[in-house]
Amino acid sequence: MMLKAMLGEAWLAMGANRLRTALTMLGMVIGVGAVVIMMAIGQGAQYAVQQTISTMGSNLFIVLSGSFTASGVRSGSAGGPTLNVADGEAIAELEGVVNVAPTHQGRRQLVYGSQNWSANVVGTTPEYLEARAWTIASGAAFGDSDVRSATRVALIGKTTAQNLFGDEDPVGKTMRIQQNPFIVIGVLGSKGQNLDGNDQDDTVIIPLSTAQRKVFGTPFLGSVRMIMVQAESAESMQRTMDNVTSLLRQRHRLREGMPDDFFMRNLSAAAESEAETTRTMSILLGAIASISLLVGGIGIMNIMLVSVTERTREIGIRMAIGARQKDILTQFLLEAVMISFAGCLLGLVLGLGVALAINAFTGMVIVISGSAALVAFAVAATVGIFFGWYPARKAARLDPIEALRYQ
Amino acid sequence: MTEPVIRVVGLGKSYETAAGLFPALKGVDLEVRPGEFIAIMGPSGSGKSTFMNLLGCLDTPTSGDYFLAGQNVAHMDKDALAVLRNRTLGFVFQGFNLLPRMSLQDNVALPLVYSGADKETRRAAAREMLDKVGLGKYAESLPSRISGGQQQRVAIARALVNKPHLILADEPTGNLDSHTSEEIMTLFSELNREGITVVLVTHEPDIAAHARRQVRFLDGHIVSDHLTEAVPA
Repeated sequence: MMLKAMLGEAWLAMGANRLRTALTMLGMVIGVGAVVIMMAIGQGAQYAVQQTISTMGSNLFIVLSGSFTASGVRSGSAGGPTLNVADGEAIAELEGVVNVAPTHQGRRQLVYGSQNWSANVVGTTPEYLEARAWTIASGAAFGDSDVRSATRVALIGKTTAQNLFGDEDPVGKTMRIQQNPFIVIGVLGSKGQNLDGNDQDDTVIIPLSTAQRKVFGTPFLGSVRMIMVQAESAESMQRTMDNVTSLLRQRHRLREGMPDDFFMRNLSAAAESEAETTRTMSILLGAIASISLLVGGIGIMNIMLVSVTERTREIGIRMAIGARQKDILTQFLLEAVMISFAGCLLGLVLGLGVALAINAFTGMVIVISGSAALVAFAVAATVGIFFGWYPARKAARLDPIEALRYQ
Repeated sequence: MTEPVIRVVGLGKSYETAAGLFPALKGVDLEVRPGEFIAIMGPSGSGKSTFMNLLGCLDTPTSGDYFLAGQNVAHMDKDALAVLRNRTLGFVFQGFNLLPRMSLQDNVALPLVYSGADKETRRAAAREMLDKVGLGKYAESLPSRISGGQQQRVAIARALVNKPHLILADEPTGNLDSHTSEEIMTLFSELNREGITVVLVTHEPDIAAHARRQVRFLDGHIVSDHLTEAVPA
């Protein structure tokens, strides 16, 4: 039997009971729609988290100097002068380490003209910019020579620039940090909030040596509070951290059994777990939505079974005038697939509409990918064939005499 | 002697019932030559309907052989039988068995759909057959819009559309009044005169009188087989 004639017949059969066809289709519409919406939301959440993570810099960990105890008062981490610049240089030699940036940071009051503003001041080396994936929006970054000669130059974040300079272009202007004049040589590209909700753009970055001498002061020359290390990859992270630990223990001449005189924290771990959480949520949403697709499929099977029973006599007539088993099978399968396909198409439209509406009204990030739509479509066709198969086979296997006798 | 259209040898059919195996047909021998017009008669339960289903390739025998146009069809599979039903013979039922949602033209064209004819061929053949049974002007109507006698004419047109040499009719006038029955029988007679072999099952003697040969069934056997006097045309 020819496909075109069969399509026409399937269309006729679908039209014979419009309400029933529409309701059966509705199951698929809701199923596919739910999958599309959930995937759009899930992928949107993943995208948003990835955006945040990419502004933080990847595969980062920090080494903090250890605490010290004076008159029974313990200082907490990074209180003692146990790390120095030479430690940082030694870490940079290790395999699997991409960037090492000794840093010293704290909140300081900034003054420009009649304006003043408190921001996080970071004293560091140029590697820091690379590790944290900072870009320069205007002006230029400082270099190693600035760190060596402790020049008084500063890079400032968007938020700081706005609060201190207003509409003026900060590049080339002189501001003061703790009475020391600094020339602003560049404005950093915007990053937005980090995962804790802090504004990453409210910052000032200056050369480490300048920070130590003019802004924070150091207990000993060359000592640093914190060293930021960027590992090659997420996989080599743990190995690199272990290498740094043994290197520092060796350099600090710590014997077996003595506690570390420094702390280490994995900055990327939090971000990774956040990403993992959204990924899990995304899969969960998709799985729940798939259940409605399954229910829609069962609806199709149910109606097809009813339809086969109702049309037993018609099947008998068709067989009597020469329909082969595969003709009957194709006819009913085609009906099921057409219902699920049409439902899928409407579901796609519905899903996209709702996803766009969610985006428009709540501002939630959604990602509509062609692959998600393709998957939904493939699933719908599979569902139609899978759930249409049993009723269609039942129809095809009817005995023509029995079927003709059916009232 | 020409090759018989139908030749059955020792044809038997038994059904599984709660009471055990029930033999509906107990070894029937019959030959039908091209151009014959045969009425198969007998009371209900005599095995004539079972025999008709076997002749119509709707069922397979449990014993014996059935040669349709020279081919032994007793052991063919379901799809091969479907092709025979489609091309070699036309079946007319007591209850007309038209598909209610399709126009008369589509109903008549349906066997051609299964034999793979293109749309134009289907339309032309269906028109031709509807004209032949005098219902060409109702081609686009639904079966429910015409009378029972007209529906049976459409069913006959459908049986003829693939140009078979053999028409099998199972009580074709059972649901019709005597006047309409007469018209239908006249149509069968005309088709027979054109050379089509007609085998019909009936239990009404005046219907059987249109045939030129009467075969009587009783308890799964043929009990009589004789030629009738020529009916005035």
